[in-house]
Amino acid sequence: MSTEAPATDAPLSPDPSGWEMVIGLEVHCELRTATKLFCGCRNEFGSPANTNVCPVCLGLPGSLPVINQMAVEYAMRIGLALHCHVEPSIFHRKNYFYPDMPKDYQVSQYDQPINLDGWLDLPGGTRIGIERAHMEEDTGKTTHVGGGGRIHDAGYSLVDYNRAGVPLVEIVSRPDLRSSADARSYVDELRSVLVATGASDGKMEEGSLRVDANVSVRAAGSAELGTRCEIKNMNSLRSLGRAIEYEAARQIALLSDGGRVVQETRHWNEAEGTTRSMRSKEEAFDYRYFPEPDLVPLAPSASWVAAVAYALPPMPAERRARVAAATGLDGDSDSVVTVVRLDLDSFVMAAVDVGADGALAVRRLANEVAAHLDGARPLDPDAFCRLLLLESQGKLTTAQAREVLRRLLSQGGSDPAAVAAALGFEAMGAGDLGDAVDGVIAANPAEWARFAAGEDKLQGFFIGKVKAATAGKADLKAVSALLRERRA
Amino acid sequence: MSGPAGGRGPAVELAAGVRSGERRAIDALEDYLVAIAEGDDQIHAFNHVMAESARAAAAAVDEAVAAERDPGPLAGVPVALKDNLCTRGVPTTCSSRILDSWLPPYDATVVTRLRHAGAVIVGKTNLDEFAMGSSTENSAFGPTRNPRNLDRVPGGSSGGSAAAVAAGFAPLALGSDTGGSIRQPAALCGVVGAKPTYGLVSRYGLVAFASSLDQIGPFGATVGDAAALLDVISGHDHMDSTSLPSAPPSAAARLSDGVEGLRVGVVTELTAAEGIAAEVVARVRQAADALAAAGAKVEDVSVPAAVYGLSAYYLIAPAEASSNLARYDGVRYGLRVPGADITEMYGQTRAAGFGAEVKRRIMLGTYALSAGYYDAYYGQAQRVRTLIIRDFEAAYETFDVLLSATTPTTAFEIGAKTSDPLSMYLSDLCTIPSNLAGHPAITVPFGTGTDGMPIGVQVLAPALGETVMFQVAAAIEDAARAHEEAVR
Ligand SMILES: [Zn+2]
Repeated sequence: MSTEAPATDAPLSPDPSGWEMVIGLEVHCELRTATKLFCGCRNEFGSPANTNVCPVCLGLPGSLPVINQMAVEYAMRIGLALHCHVEPSIFHRKNYFYPDMPKDYQVSQYDQPINLDGWLDLPGGTRIGIERAHMEEDTGKTTHVGGGGRIHDAGYSLVDYNRAGVPLVEIVSRPDLRSSADARSYVDELRSVLVATGASDGKMEEGSLRVDANVSVRAAGSAELGTRCEIKNMNSLRSLGRAIEYEAARQIALLSDGGRVVQETRHWNEAEGTTRSMRSKEEAFDYRYFPEPDLVPLAPSASWVAAVAYALPPMPAERRARVAAATGLDGDSDSVVTVVRLDLDSFVMAAVDVGADGALAVRRLANEVAAHLDGARPLDPDAFCRLLLLESQGKLTTAQAREVLRRLLSQGGSDPAAVAAALGFEAMGAGDLGDAVDGVIAANPAEWARFAAGEDKLQGFFIGKVKAATAGKADLKAVSALLRERRA
Repeated sequence: MSGPAGGRGPAVELAAGVRSGERRAIDALEDYLVAIAEGDDQIHAFNHVMAESARAAAAAVDEAVAAERDPGPLAGVPVALKDNLCTRGVPTTCSSRILDSWLPPYDATVVTRLRHAGAVIVGKTNLDEFAMGSSTENSAFGPTRNPRNLDRVPGGSSGGSAAAVAAGFAPLALGSDTGGSIRQPAALCGVVGAKPTYGLVSRYGLVAFASSLDQIGPFGATVGDAAALLDVISGHDHMDSTSLPSAPPSAAARLSDGVEGLRVGVVTELTAAEGIAAEVVARVRQAADALAAAGAKVEDVSVPAAVYGLSAYYLIAPAEASSNLARYDGVRYGLRVPGADITEMYGQTRAAGFGAEVKRRIMLGTYALSAGYYDAYYGQAQRVRTLIIRDFEAAYETFDVLLSATTPTTAFEIGAKTSDPLSMYLSDLCTIPSNLAGHPAITVPFGTGTDGMPIGVQVLAPALGETVMFQVAAAIEDAARAHEEAVR
């Protein structure tokens, strides 16, 4: 390690061995209610600026908030899906001046949140504690024009209040995450849970999921927590991972040089790939929290909580277990995780129901279907199942089946056999294939002699020749089986 | 100025006349508009007279009567509104420069209810800026004068509404009462003023001062008029979460029932207390004696925690106000004073837009909510509030209603207390406990002091005890009339 203190914030490349990252995440999730949290305005992304507004969400003098019961129900769904206790709760006002907040305070839950103390299991089994999942209102959106893109040096700033008052649930994890990969896996799994509850559309790119990370490092094996920094402004899973890696490296470099980490909020700069101090603990706002007098306490009845719990659809972990049981695959494998995250597990179950190969279904879904989801036509489950059967019965080769699947995804359709026929696909019968293999053997006696003598690498040569001779209709697995059979 | 009723019949008689077709709403309105035109230059009860829209409303009432449609219970009765009640398209200033030129895009719920009841909104009345004050001297537009003596204050903060009724500019008016802002000016101007149970009247459209204490209430020349007005504006409103869901008690139901058998307690702490003038105490005793003579059982009662009301109030009200008034930041509406950046713009706007008393309370409240002080100030004040409620509840186990002074003295001279905020704050000594408890209270004129200025007697009742409260108030009004006649 260098003994010189770094001249800038930029970390050296410190030796990460001997250090452990400790990460907690705060995930803000916009609820997909029809209307906002405290008024009847539409909760809709992408409307023209300042069209979904009213006296309440503009915080006009005299206006008062009234809670949206659907938002409460969504918040409870999220809490219950994360194994939290649903508690009687109240709202507080978080006071600070910023032009995107019409009232210059945010209505948020503080020390009595609706959901407390749950957990989320990551694929692979790591259990991450959930401290709380509380409700709050979103702010408007500010665009700074000119200057350095920040409010204090902008030529002017534009504010769109369409988002002001949109219901949010903030899910606060315990500091149980130990790597950026853990953090990404947690957000992925959480997003999947949120979508499964129906409370969120899970769209990070539209800002309906926003993640802040509390990062600290400590000597591996230590039980004490280091001083943490809160990192904001990560817009994707990739930037979350990068920001955590950068920040941990920065802290390790500091500590390795005998420095200390200052508790502060840091801003992730995607273009530079660095974090920059926004404000230190000393400069932190005093939010002057106090109970919101315009709202009454929220005390969902036991029967309401029970009804919400009863109506919760199965969560991703349970669905992965079902897929695993039906297919014999590992429920934590990437392909099963992917299939469930993409909400495709119903296709697997449908395939197994009709006697198709479940593992093959998972493979096709996790690969071809997953890769072509964007802009795809809705896939007909029945067509998908019949395609799998055509493939496993040898009526289509793997390559042909994949092509038919791509057609179904790009153009729709309910009859895979018809699509295959239109493409001129038909797998060769066993007899025709035997004739083709024998023809190739006869035409290449020298190569065949070497293969027969044990030169296995020539198998590829013969497969290529058979493929060419059959214009791609041969099932290549069947070809290699025939070649080994002829050699024996 | 002539007497409290301005030489005209009370509001309920006017409404009856208009409903029966004996009187025309437009004629009544013109009489009041003439009175305003002749007298308000001196008194300055109004910030804004709505002559044209009032004429249109009165004409509509007359048309309804002619067409035999029900014109509503307050048909053709002019009502003045405190200028912190939102009126669509009509300036609503809170007597503050910071709301200069702001036009609300909506009507307060009470305004809508008044319109539906056939009332004619005649104008917006002066107040202490944002309802902070006890003399209506803290108005950006100059003080209102007491119609009984132009050198005296009308009280406050609803001084304009009290003066409007006392001067005969309108038979009815609405005010808001956070710590006595209806009852204190009503007492000082010699009219009836009531603060209803918290939650009985919707606060939607009332520009907030201290949300957990604010309540809209009626002014009238008589108890019957005030009851009629309250009955029109009370009742659940889905736009206000703190609005009570239960059916509202009728204020006017038992006005002529007398007080035979009712139990009346005279609150020691709010009557024979330090700072309350002997002549005021004497009037409370006379009223108590009159009730006893009419068959009520009258005794003294102690409500010990009431003495802490003033201190608790001056933490809770400024704390809530500091948050409620944050939104006046120059970003969206009202005054904006440019600055080099947004922080400077906020500062300049608020420095220029708010008067001294508002700034004093914002600073008090900000301090009371600050980290490290919250529990000692705001938290402690809320505990005192609980004690006050407990002590009142104990008293109401023995008594149907309580009696006390409304104000420590008669109206003081303009300018007498402006340089001494603490002595000004003491004006609300007797009225504040009802706001902290959320209970109703009403003041009824009962004779005058040696200076010839009116004295009010306060009747306090438990939550939703409006029916019995107005019943007792009517008996006191009868006694006061009998007393006046005897003196004559
Ligand atoms: Zn709205």
